[in-house]
Amino acid sequence: MLEIMEGSHAVAEIVKRCRPQVIAAYPITPQTHIVEALAQMVADCELDADYITVESEFSALSACLGASAAGSRVYSATTSQGLALMFEVCFNVAGLRQPIVMTIANRSLGAPLSIWNDQQDSISLRDSGWLQVYAEDNQEAVDLHMIAYRVCEDHDVLLPAFVCFDGYVLTHTYEPVSIPTQEEVDAYLPAFNPYQRLDASNPLSFGMYATPDYYMEFRYEIDRAQHRAKEVFAKAGREFARQFERDYSAPVEGYRLEDADTAIVAMGSICGTAKDAVDEMRDAGKTAGLLKIRMFRPFPAEEIRDALKGVSTVAVLDRNISLGSGGGVGTEVKAALSGSGTAVYDYIVALGGRDIRKKDIAGIVDLAEEGRGDMFYGLRTEVL
Amino acid sequence: MTAVPEGCDLFTPGHRACGGCGPALAARLLLRATGENVIVVNSTGCMEVFSTPYPETAWGVPWIHSLFENAAAVASGIEASLKKQGRSEKVVCICGDGATFDIGMLCISGAFERGHDITYVCYDNEAYMNTGIQRSGATPYAASTTTSPAGACSPGNVRPKKDMPAILAAHGAPYVATASIAYPADFEKKVRRAINTPGPCYIQVHTPCCTGWGFESSETINMAKLAIETGLWVNYEMANGTVEKAKKVKRKPVEEYLSRQKRFQHLFKPTRRDDLIAEIQRIADANAERFGIDIRSKEPRE
Ligand SMILES: Cc1ncc(C[n+]2csc(CCOP(=O)(O)OP(=O)(O)O)c2C)c(N)n1
Ligand code: SF4
Repeated sequence: MLEIMEGSHAVAEIVKRCRPQVIAAYPITPQTHIVEALAQMVADCELDADYITVESEFSALSACLGASAAGSRVYSATTSQGLALMFEVCFNVAGLRQPIVMTIANRSLGAPLSIWNDQQDSISLRDSGWLQVYAEDNQEAVDLHMIAYRVCEDHDVLLPAFVCFDGYVLTHTYEPVSIPTQEEVDAYLPAFNPYQRLDASNPLSFGMYATPDYYMEFRYEIDRAQHRAKEVFAKAGREFARQFERDYSAPVEGYRLEDADTAIVAMGSICGTAKDAVDEMRDAGKTAGLLKIRMFRPFPAEEIRDALKGVSTVAVLDRNISLGSGGGVGTEVKAALSGSGTAVYDYIVALGGRDIRKKDIAGIVDLAEEGRGDMFYGLRTEVL
Repeated sequence: MTAVPEGCDLFTPGHRACGGCGPALAARLLLRATGENVIVVNSTGCMEVFSTPYPETAWGVPWIHSLFENAAAVASGIEASLKKQGRSEKVVCICGDGATFDIGMLCISGAFERGHDITYVCYDNEAYMNTGIQRSGATPYAASTTTSPAGACSPGNVRPKKDMPAILAAHGAPYVATASIAYPADFEKKVRRAINTPGPCYIQVHTPCCTGWGFESSETINMAKLAIETGLWVNYEMANGTVEKAKKVKRKPVEEYLSRQKRFQHLFKPTRRDDLIAEIQRIADANAERFGIDIRSKEPRE
């Protein structure tokens, strides 16, 4: 049944139904409504979890790590500065192979201080070992949480995941969503079955130090697990589709791509606007299409190559910037398409909550077709 | 993640600590006191490094190391997780003074304020030893370290030790104690009391480090004893913020302790620094006064 609700509340509802046993989180805009809603559910005995009101994001993820290592399913959520404060723990969680699911309500990073949306925060942690998926709308955000737990906890994966959805644009937006019932979620997501846990009856040492004789093999194993996660995600997505009739099994999704000459590539809520822009361009006789990237880690290079076969020009919309280089998505798409003959141009757009509209996207497609790219789009030159 | 071979002590020999390492002894005594039903959280530092070079481990109990500064937060999560699963293991942190006094302060303060049922043991070797003897908030006044070197215009470390036990007692910790590896039975007794006291408890155990302080590895226990006998270290217990018991001593002059360690050699050579020695004596006198540790003529020795 479809219900109109705020994105944050929809996520809180599904998290509740995923039955985390321990939650540790610290409030930060625009993530706050999620953790407030969960706290209320715990206070109302609707959710049987231990909610640790930590003193910082650094402790939030540290507490999640401990709780997960001791054998509980755990949950956290953050964004922006909060995620930056977790940086060190993020690498550690992945290295310790703890299947923690964390919602990222994407937000820009300071300075200057900005509470509005872009994807700089999660992109900046792309090398940490966490799986990363990006939702286009609130329904997808809800559904990806269930799938993320399935994938992370799979003994062939055992890695943590960010479920990313855009701050305000999705977190604070009321949309119709369908929240699966508890019975449906239970049928899809079995209880947490830790591969190993801290347990006095079977003493193990977690997080030892490794000399050069061993370190590289650990990193290799994490990398392999990342690659396996793609398969596991596809399977979990197919089973999800069978049960809920919504299909997220592919790491990328094409929209009117079949005969497209020019393709836009994007992640997150901007894909909704881009689809409308594609429709309008099509109406105007332009053969444009969209490739939406759902999964950024592991990076679906092969799927992107396949999907963009036959496309002559690609315009990547990046809501982040690796300062001194280029956008995170653009850089990787270029690498994936190198040697294919396709021209790839990268556009840094809509940082810090700046609006991007259909006509902007059409304008970007024009620029790409003229061979002009790798630029900030929509700069207000009068304030520079 | 490595399994521990059966039939070993809980903290097994064969680890890579320096001969005469105070912290290694503290780890062994700690596990003797806790027994098997415990989960240990360690911070980055000497102990983590000397006890767990992969694929070996000296820990016969479940053990986890995450980072330098987050042991108390990791322990908070473990405790919550055990509670949710209806399990009964005790959760004990063991962390160096750097991890405790400096970088981990935020996580410790949070864990203590929230009242988690954990025991936090700080092994205090009075500097960052793992990175090569740099000062911490636990380094005593006038000790020379690599980041507080004595020099023509510096006495060595310019600040006295931070009073961590008082800070944690001020968080409302039900039990706070100091201990020394020179008195193993006392340390073990305090550990048992801490793990059996509900809520967050803190023990700071004095663990001389022969490498960092500069003394012979056979002298560790003597050094720990001298710290107590001079009044520079006081063994005491606090319940709900009140000092209950402090070990009484017939005090010796601080010089006996200082002159035997390289970190204080600048107080004696090339010229004797009576002013600095007198300042350190004043610190010992103030400790004696505060905790009432002096044995007066007719009092029996404890
Ligand atoms: C965030 C961070 N900063 C610095 C370090 C480097 N480091 C590792 S151990 C250590 C000192 C540990 O000192 P202490 O807690 O007193 O333990 P000890 O080595 O004396 O046993 C430092 C500075 C680190 N691991 N992490
Ligand atoms: S440097 Fe000190 S604390 Fe570290 S292992 Fe050696 S004696 Fe122990």
